[in-house]
Amino acid sequence: MENQSEDILLVKTSETEYKYGFTTDVEQEYAEIGLSEDIVRFISAKKNEPEWMLEWRLKAYQQWLKMAEPDWAKLGFPKIDFQSIIYYAATKKKPKLNSLDEVDPEIRKTWDKLGISAMEQNKLGNVAMDFVMDSESVFTSFKEELNKKGIIFCSISEAIQEYGDLVKQYIGSVVPPRDNFYSALNSAVFSDGSFVYIPKGVRCPMELSTYFRINAENTGQFERTLIIADDDSYVSYLEGCTAPQRDENQLHAAVVELVAHDRAEIKYSTVQNWYPGDENGKGGVYNFVTKRGICQGYKSKISWTQVETGSAITWKYPSCILKGDYSIGEFYSVAVTNNYQQADTGTKMIHIGKNTRSRIVSKGISAGKSQNAYRGLVQIQPNADNSYNFSQCDSMLMGGDCGAHTFPYIEIKNQTGRVEHEASTSKIGEDQLFYCNQRGIGAEEAVHLIVNGFCKEVFKELPMEFAVEAQKLLEITLENSVG
Amino acid sequence: MLEVKNLHARIEEKEILKGLNIKVNKGEVHAIMGPNGTGKSTFASILAGKDGYEITEGEILFEGQEISEMDPAERAHLGMFLAFQYPVEIPGVSTTNFMKAAINEKRKAHGQPPIEAKAFLEMMKAKSKIVELNKEFLTRSINEGFSGGEKKRNEIFQMAMLEPKLCVLDETDSGLDIDALRIVANGVNSLRNSENAFLVITHYQRLLDYIVPDFVHIMYDGKIVKTGDKLLALELEKKGYDWVKSELAQD
Ligand SMILES: Nc1ncnc2c1ncn2[C@@H]1O[C@H](COP(=O)(O)OP(=O)(O)O)[C@@H](O)[C@H]1O
Ligand SMILES: [Mg+2]
Repeated sequence: MENQSEDILLVKTSETEYKYGFTTDVEQEYAEIGLSEDIVRFISAKKNEPEWMLEWRLKAYQQWLKMAEPDWAKLGFPKIDFQSIIYYAATKKKPKLNSLDEVDPEIRKTWDKLGISAMEQNKLGNVAMDFVMDSESVFTSFKEELNKKGIIFCSISEAIQEYGDLVKQYIGSVVPPRDNFYSALNSAVFSDGSFVYIPKGVRCPMELSTYFRINAENTGQFERTLIIADDDSYVSYLEGCTAPQRDENQLHAAVVELVAHDRAEIKYSTVQNWYPGDENGKGGVYNFVTKRGICQGYKSKISWTQVETGSAITWKYPSCILKGDYSIGEFYSVAVTNNYQQADTGTKMIHIGKNTRSRIVSKGISAGKSQNAYRGLVQIQPNADNSYNFSQCDSMLMGGDCGAHTFPYIEIKNQTGRVEHEASTSKIGEDQLFYCNQRGIGAEEAVHLIVNGFCKEVFKELPMEFAVEAQKLLEITLENSVG
Repeated sequence: MLEVKNLHARIEEKEILKGLNIKVNKGEVHAIMGPNGTGKSTFASILAGKDGYEITEGEILFEGQEISEMDPAERAHLGMFLAFQYPVEIPGVSTTNFMKAAINEKRKAHGQPPIEAKAFLEMMKAKSKIVELNKEFLTRSINEGFSGGEKKRNEIFQMAMLEPKLCVLDETDSGLDIDALRIVANGVNSLRNSENAFLVITHYQRLLDYIVPDFVHIMYDGKIVKTGDKLLALELEKKGYDWVKSELAQD
């Protein structure tokens, strides 16, 4: 009766509603539709940017014009009309806020729905949150406590104003505008995002967190995040995303750059649940993100952890350039796709320094008619003596209409390099389900249990509160309408 | 507690159970013995409600209720437990989490709130002693990398946690050394009471030295062909299964 329990899984996984589908009714200020040099100038002027920033954007725009959209990822979607997107939207009132009470009530409502109300913040206690609604960062908390330690945590727009030299030094140093089509686009029109600087020898005392949300209709969201950890410092950064439910597709093309100096460590965690589209594949976010970190210094470490449950299309490869000797790169990923979602995600570990190590743990779960691909590159360059990579890519299939694909690329240019790769594809076993059922655990709960177990290695890398949220999201994504 | 009447069942067009009858009252321990391939595990799976079998004739009554159409979880909630011949691995799921889910699902089915953390932990501690499992063990992924003996002890531990009415043990003794056998048997004996019942499926009489049955049934070719007390097991041990076959031939 294999078919029967597969049917249960199919029903379970196809009738999920997006929990975050609402819009916030605040006055918005938009740029004109479409993209041109004028729009780039408009955005820069709106943000009152210095000349060098405008020049940088314009150069990126010129490069973008000459580039073509990549088509090598295992994704199928209609061509995006880049002239039908609004590249800038901001709430009209420009609040400079000192406490939660001053936040626009409509925005507060959004926060409530997102589950990040003031109470929640108190509960999370140790989380400083930078909330980005469309293009404008409207609220930053815990700033003072961080200031005392010399930690800078603010919006990238503010950083451009206040810490121009730092931004100028690092922006584009890890992901140059010309890196790819979307990074060039982002560089030209990025609206806001977060900036973090941890000074030498400082251990950031709390998790830094940004909650991104696409709100305005027809707006692309182009965040730009830059995190610099100076020598002997440590920071853990959390990024969470949701978007309102809309029929048309929304574009999201972020760039995240991380720089870790000598013995510094950056831990970057993402829980992404942008709107995935409905069960017929209508609507949903196109998520084309470039995330890259450089382990610049000796014994530095960068660790990416991501839980991807949302978006109609995800195209994302958080990567590490292991330049410093003895540096370490890690990538832990859970990607869940359902209905007509498509995910093409993975990582690149570029070993340049000697004795560098990297570890990749990727867990893909496909349900419905979705397609889920892991694409990874491990490259050991000629001077990277004694470098080592371990990769593990596991896929789990639910039902017979979905697909899992693994594309591990390995380039070893140094004899002493070692690369180990393990891969598996499984279905949730009949025997496992029966074993759970016999103990009184019903079909739905059994699937949760088995799936959570499958993802455990990744979840345990997440900060506690995030892990709980990730587990819930996974269950929502694979939810049964019954029970 | 359990009454099976004239049970016929098939898997993939092949008839395995051919008119099986058994009646188990509360407080009793029944042993089912029989050669390999005779349908013992099939019977256990059908009792537990595993998919893939077709019942063509007969009845399964649990506390007077026909359960043939119930799904396995419902039967578990009624108080039925199967200790598997081959316990299943679930990577990343600890025995602790597994048991918490099982207990809470059962409580939910009975309209009770989830068990409190403290009560649960105390229960875990008490029950793990019964089969001499240490704490570290309960945090490991269930059955993953467990030795044969550890798997079987874990099954009995789960049985102790869930406090079922009817416990079916499918070849719990196979592959156990004498120490593990003793631990498992002690565990089972300590759980025996006047309100529950045991159906112990085994190939060898060895286990029955430790778990002393009230009744011994010999199963052959899909049905119970002989029933007696514990002496029947000894006789079978001495004379071998060929004795049963030849006796049948004489009838
Ligand atoms: N999935 C199956 N498909 C076909 N035949 C099966 C299947 N499972 C068990 N059988 C057959 O059913 C018979 C009884 O098996 P089983 O119940 O495991 O016996 P026992 O536990 O007494 O050794 C055997 O002949 C076996 O080959
Ligand atoms: Mg058997």
